[in-house]
Amino acid sequence: MIAVFLTRAARHRALLAALFLLVLPFLLPFRATAVNVLIDGLFAVGFNLVYGYVGLLSFGHAALFGGGAYATGLALLRLGLPWYGALALGLVAGAGIAGVIGLLATRTRGIYFAMVTLALAECVYYLAYQASGVTGGENGLRGIVLTKIDLFGLDLDFVDPLTRYFVIATIVALALAALSRILASPFGAVMEMVRENEARARASGVDVRAVRVLAFVLSGAFSGLAGGLQALHLAIVPIETLDYGNSGMVVMMCLLGGAGTFFGPFIGALVFLLLQNLVALVSSHWQLPVGVVFMACVLFLPRGIWGQLARWRPA
Amino acid sequence: MAGLSLDLLALQIFTGLALGAVYVLLATGMSLIFGMLTVVNFAHGAFFALGAYAGFLVLALGGNFWLALLAVPIVTGLLGMAVEWGLVRHLYGRGIDDPLLLTFGLSYVLVELIRIFAGTQGLPFDTPDALAGAVDIGIGYFPLYRLFVIAMTVTILFLLWLFLERTRIGLIIRAGARDPEIMRVLGVDTGRVWRLVFGLGTAIAGLAGLLAAPLQGVSPEMGNAILADAFVVTVVGGMGSLAGAIIAGLLVGVIVSLTALFAPEAGDVAIFALMAVVLLIRPQGFFGRAGLMS
Repeated sequence: MIAVFLTRAARHRALLAALFLLVLPFLLPFRATAVNVLIDGLFAVGFNLVYGYVGLLSFGHAALFGGGAYATGLALLRLGLPWYGALALGLVAGAGIAGVIGLLATRTRGIYFAMVTLALAECVYYLAYQASGVTGGENGLRGIVLTKIDLFGLDLDFVDPLTRYFVIATIVALALAALSRILASPFGAVMEMVRENEARARASGVDVRAVRVLAFVLSGAFSGLAGGLQALHLAIVPIETLDYGNSGMVVMMCLLGGAGTFFGPFIGALVFLLLQNLVALVSSHWQLPVGVVFMACVLFLPRGIWGQLARWRPA
Repeated sequence: MAGLSLDLLALQIFTGLALGAVYVLLATGMSLIFGMLTVVNFAHGAFFALGAYAGFLVLALGGNFWLALLAVPIVTGLLGMAVEWGLVRHLYGRGIDDPLLLTFGLSYVLVELIRIFAGTQGLPFDTPDALAGAVDIGIGYFPLYRLFVIAMTVTILFLLWLFLERTRIGLIIRAGARDPEIMRVLGVDTGRVWRLVFGLGTAIAGLAGLLAAPLQGVSPEMGNAILADAFVVTVVGGMGSLAGAIIAGLLVGVIVSLTALFAPEAGDVAIFALMAVVLLIRPQGFFGRAGLMS
């Protein structure tokens, strides 16, 4: 009975995710956290595409997320693009940066990948830091103002928190539907094949490096979109968006929730942000408990929260 | 570039060597741990910061720099061994990413502990009196402390070489890196050897942090920035190779120092460009063995 239910659930995972997003802001103790769960959840979903499905551990995803955030912010501020154009540019920027980093980093394998992506992302950070004329440098990109969302005759008030939430939730739900489609495609199967058995994939005629780069680019598109949404939401792009800490955060979120599962990264983002917010109520040193929880997760719950739940099904 | 003399250039290169010496120590410790345990220690930067703060504590308690030089590697080395025993060793045999992720989480904990006990602000770290000032090294005056850093690095590397190549334990370590299974069959407790190696790596990281402290002051985040640099050194030099760590470390130090002179705005980016070029031409690094990469 339960197994049947879960199989059916898996088929309609994008729809289920959309339903979950619909009720999320009413479930959380902190309303403001809901939007962050959406954005970071999408970011973690993008990261999961390379780590969970292709098996590449990237420690440089901040460059993809931050690149998207800066591109969206600059498109609104300097180019005067409409909001959807700016978001599209963020997505493209994320994918583009991912292309460059991916092409370089996939020249190495295994353990090197994490180090190379970390170093290259650090390079992007310094570039943005130096180019203060364009990016605002240390102060971040300020003054991004978006009050109205207009599409197909709709005129939505982006300042209202709940409207804002549902606008962003709609975009995230569409992105999840796209992801679900990618994972269900033959390419999705090839990605998992590369993760599970590289030699066999090669023997089957799969261009392993091309799959890795393409997955990284797709991951960059999702991460860039998430970054763009954050730029619209915060009305500023802080330089910390490109920081090593942001790369580490998405790794933690994805692993807490469960790498290689569809819902895991979102659950991870939710748990991470709730933990962070709860600790912040009593102390500013949230990194200590978060680090301990993460270490415990690596040691005792390597499949993550959702990954463990999904396996635990009575036959 | 008027007024640029050969002496200035030589001095700048020498400054780069002093900076590179710190990279060499950091990368050596990382390479040692990786070569033996196939663990990439993401907390290596945190041990670096911990070493600097431990030194600060020794001075604050009334000790002097020489005492710190002795105490710091012992403290960070013992802590490293405790970490290996309590945390890392449970992950041997699992995926290669797992110990990396664990030490990443550990770096959060260690850095936050530093913030809790020593504050979030950076602190100044005085150059020890005996090493203050500058000496004439033939091409101009050079800060004595930087010379000391270079000399200490050479000494540490020489002692490490002696230990690995000329002692019985060193022999066991080298053999264990090649074939741990045979070592176990021969009756060697490889778990203890690995703990020792992990502690040795973190001891050198702590010492590097202490040596770097008078050059840059101490701050809880000092390890995060240098971790990326140490990765660049490791990628350029080749993982698991001590010779690679030394040559790449010095090269990176000199490049940082020279770009600071010629193109200050490119200073932070130059070493990443170097890494990109190395990745394109020789992905396994100068001395890397292709077999260690997967």
